[in-house]
Amino acid sequence: MTAPDTPDESETLIRIRGLRYARGAHMIFDGVDLDIPRGKVTAIMGPSGTGKTTLLRLIGGQLYPDAGSIQVDGKEVPALNRSQLYELRQRMGMLFQSGALLTDLNVYDNVAFPLREHTALPESMIRDLVLMKLHAVGLRGAIDLMPAELSGGMARRVALARAIALDPTMIMYDEPFTGQDPISKGALVQLIRLLNDALGLSSIVVSHDVAETAAISDYVYLISGGKVIGHGTPDIIRDSESEWIRQFMDGLPDGPVPFHYPAPDYADDLLRHGVASG
Amino acid sequence: MLNAIRQIGRNSIRFFTKLGRSVLFLLKTLAGIPSVLRRPHLLIAQLLSVGVLSLLIIAVSGLFVGMVLALQGYNTLVGFGAEESLGVVVALSIVRELGPVVTALLFAGRAGSALTAEIGLMKATEQLSGMEMMAVDPMHRIIAPRFLAGFLSMPLLAAVFSAVGVYGGFFVGVGLLGVDDGAYWSQMQAAVDVNEDVLNGVIKSLVFGFVVTWIAVFEGYDAVPTSEGVSRATTRTVVHAALAVLGLDFVLTALMFGEV
Repeated sequence: MTAPDTPDESETLIRIRGLRYARGAHMIFDGVDLDIPRGKVTAIMGPSGTGKTTLLRLIGGQLYPDAGSIQVDGKEVPALNRSQLYELRQRMGMLFQSGALLTDLNVYDNVAFPLREHTALPESMIRDLVLMKLHAVGLRGAIDLMPAELSGGMARRVALARAIALDPTMIMYDEPFTGQDPISKGALVQLIRLLNDALGLSSIVVSHDVAETAAISDYVYLISGGKVIGHGTPDIIRDSESEWIRQFMDGLPDGPVPFHYPAPDYADDLLRHGVASG
Repeated sequence: MLNAIRQIGRNSIRFFTKLGRSVLFLLKTLAGIPSVLRRPHLLIAQLLSVGVLSLLIIAVSGLFVGMVLALQGYNTLVGFGAEESLGVVVALSIVRELGPVVTALLFAGRAGSALTAEIGLMKATEQLSGMEMMAVDPMHRIIAPRFLAGFLSMPLLAAVFSAVGVYGGFFVGVGLLGVDDGAYWSQMQAAVDVNEDVLNGVIKSLVFGFVVTWIAVFEGYDAVPTSEGVSRATTRTVVHAALAVLGLDFVLTALMFGEV
């Protein structure tokens, strides 16, 4: 699939071209082209195991591609040295699937962590900023709780407050809705959209929750089998006739993504077992 | 036969790959130490968890080791009418050997395993990745303070072990078995040399502290990020650290005291 007919260069925050990445013999990405526009919520969807989280790690410079280009804000991520990469990461927020809160710090200290590490602000100002960020995610009252005392949804909201602590230009969400109850899911859906618009962020939401993700995104990429199998606005994706896209959007168990993991012939397998045990 | 050779080759490659990784890891850890010294609160927190919280087990163990040494030593020495030398036997055994070695073994079991499990779980729960994405280097923020705390704690814990052990020996030898109080201390004072014995014991405990903590933090950082992976890494820390301590003890003893 060719590069999407998305916005011109100045409006593109992340530009990926010809991305190839393999883990051992397993090809995760085989020539992926993507453009993530500025100021928008871009969804990257696809079946489990298609490498959506890997894509975020490649964008964040935690993994290196085998081939291809990953540019963030005009900078070629794999070519950056450590200090340049860390400088870039200060402008990236990332919300991990698990929240990744530091378990020995309470909610306040978790949100204050990046501020203390990267700024020389006085503690009184850090406190104000932490309260503002926690208020934005509705958890100002949970300031003294430890991560173990938080529900899954609350932990992700605290992690979100921490991710926006340094006022990043972009934020990456890794499966933000997985394992959430409807109320938490609703809160997260609303927060992602609100924060994106209020703070002028660019958001990338990696998810396989079709309804929630499509509802808040401006642009959608569908990835499967190491390639982009479709992209466009949520409406275009919803109306697509592509067999791949239909299987994913309609949740069909069998189709281009097969129900059965590749295996030898069933009858042969059974007979061989019978002979061996006999 | 071919399979056995292949297996040996595979294991050797795996061993040397891991050794290389651990040396690179150590260099990165050492590079992170200046940043720890600039933020001493990180070190103090770890000194508390690695060192201070190990004090009780070290002190109790030292007491019992000293008491047992006094009992065993007395039984042997009394046959030669040399029970006044009990203080020397207890002190030299503890300061030269048992202090550094037993402290290192206990340290590996108590603090080393805790370090590995903590770092391994931080990896498994994406806390280390999260830090990297916040542009905070886990080698500087997590690994280096723990490594330095372990390295500094070991000689201090060994000193506590030795001091308590000598008093344990005193309690049994003088208090229970009737060895002369003055002879116990004066013979010890005359025979134990600061450079020959105490300093060599301190050098040993520094080396053990370095190696045990290196193994512990590396195994945690290198752990497969699953519950089984962390469990295996913790076991490896205790086993490898114990073997390294005992092996290095022989080498250091040969270098310091041996005529080999």
